Amino acid sequence: MQPFSYTRARTAEDAVRAVAGGGQGARFIAGGTTLYDLMKLNVETPDRVIDISRLKDLDRIETGGRGELVFGALARMSDVAAHPQIVAEYPAISESLWRAASQQLRNMATLGGNLLQRTRCAYFRGGEPFACNKRKPGSGCAAQGGIDRGHALLGGSDACIAVYPGDMAIALVAFDARIDVLGPDGARTIAVEELHREPGATPNVETTLRPGELILRIRVPRTAIGRASTYHKIRDRESYAFALASAAVALDMDGETVRQARIAIGGLATRPWRARAAEQFLAGKTLTPRTTREAGDTALEGAKPGHNNAFRIELGARTVADALMIARQRA
Amino acid sequence: MSVWNMNNEPEISRRSLLEGTGAVAAVTVLGADIGEAGGEEAEHVTVTLTVNGHTRSVAIDPRTSLLDLLRDRLALTGAKKGCDHGQCGACTVHLDGRRVVSCLTPAVQTDGRAVTTIEGLAGPGGELHPMQQAFIDHDALQCGYCTPGQIMAAVACVQEGHANSPEQIREYMSGNICRCGAYVGIVAAIQDAAARMRRT
Repeated sequence: MQPFSYTRARTAEDAVRAVAGGGQGARFIAGGTTLYDLMKLNVETPDRVIDISRLKDLDRIETGGRGELVFGALARMSDVAAHPQIVAEYPAISESLWRAASQQLRNMATLGGNLLQRTRCAYFRGGEPFACNKRKPGSGCAAQGGIDRGHALLGGSDACIAVYPGDMAIALVAFDARIDVLGPDGARTIAVEELHREPGATPNVETTLRPGELILRIRVPRTAIGRASTYHKIRDRESYAFALASAAVALDMDGETVRQARIAIGGLATRPWRARAAEQFLAGKTLTPRTTREAGDTALEGAKPGHNNAFRIELGARTVADALMIARQRA
Repeated sequence: MSVWNMNNEPEISRRSLLEGTGAVAAVTVLGADIGEAGGEEAEHVTVTLTVNGHTRSVAIDPRTSLLDLLRDRLALTGAKKGCDHGQCGACTVHLDGRRVVSCLTPAVQTDGRAVTTIEGLAGPGGELHPMQQAFIDHDALQCGYCTPGQIMAAVACVQEGHANSPEQIREYMSGNICRCGAYVGIVAAIQDAAARMRRT
């Protein structure tokens, strides 16, 4: 690990100033489960680390508001997963959290850090001698032509097919959640759906956050559609693994007919992937094995298989279909 | 370097134990008027934490993990280094009463906080914690390397209320890998200990 200087921030403003003024080599640290891990691999090499874990009032979980739920960026994954109101009113959010990582990691990792979790692409994490445009711009992409079983089928480019590994962001995108961020030029609010970029020609630029911007809180609009929701996650093993395919689904039903569906998929794309065409396809339809599977196929439209990952197109479609039937039982 | 005192607790040599002597820059606190000698960033930082009920102050390189602090500086080698990347659970300890992986916990972030390791689990007279006894009773180990992490995770699993069925135990213990495959005994031990822990 490269040496770095450690500074503990007392306010969000101080933290933002320190990172914005620290140039390329400055990073925020909260739970540390991504950054410190990548520092051990020498994939992240900050010379300055600003500890935001003790900032006041940013760990609150506010569920009392009329219009929205507000999660502080420093709230722990385990606490939000187990919050009774979130379990009851937004099961997809709760499930996306407790089906991620282990309880030890969920006790450490914060929601803000979880949104910004970096890819698990082995060529990215593996360092030299593997080419990786995300880690070292211009070096190439060892995954293309390499072992791409876990790589993205949607949203990739010639430069990068690394999967966005997070789960919670998939559920948040389905619910039109937004984040408040604070930067050197002030505060702004952006949709979670606008946070992550597709790699294009610059896979090293992963988000639309500006230098020094810090996520302060997550806002989830209050909606009755949350109750009939699920986060369905398919893995190589039953627990403690990243998604081969996942789907966050929510339903608003009028008897047997779908009034509105929300569908976002994870584990398959370079960013959280809202499947609007599949949502539109389902509106006004009855949920049957045929319509749910058709919705799944629609969600995977445009998927581009590599060498070892074509099976995840059908797996993704079936995951969406199964998620719809689980959500249906909660409507 | 450390030696063991008569209470079978590690005793820290003067070299590694710095009790606010000012020889080393304290943690820099942004926007605060403390710390930071001469406006320079700290190369070493002093952390003061409670480990198994004892207060410890140690000057560390900020790169140090809590696991390395416990093992190399405080001679508490119960927490094990398996993967060192948060994937195996062998290094599990409790931080302010909650289970964490100490390998991914920068030690500098534990300043002012309380750590419990496997060495701190037994009672004052050395009587085993019900979870330790249950692991023995159910033969819940073979090589034993993952066992301290398994037991610390298991105690927390019960305390969190996540040990109500074999399925729930398997889900909430999935962060602890046992390559000997003692999982059947581990689940049985946790069920047994959970019942005893609820009674006490």
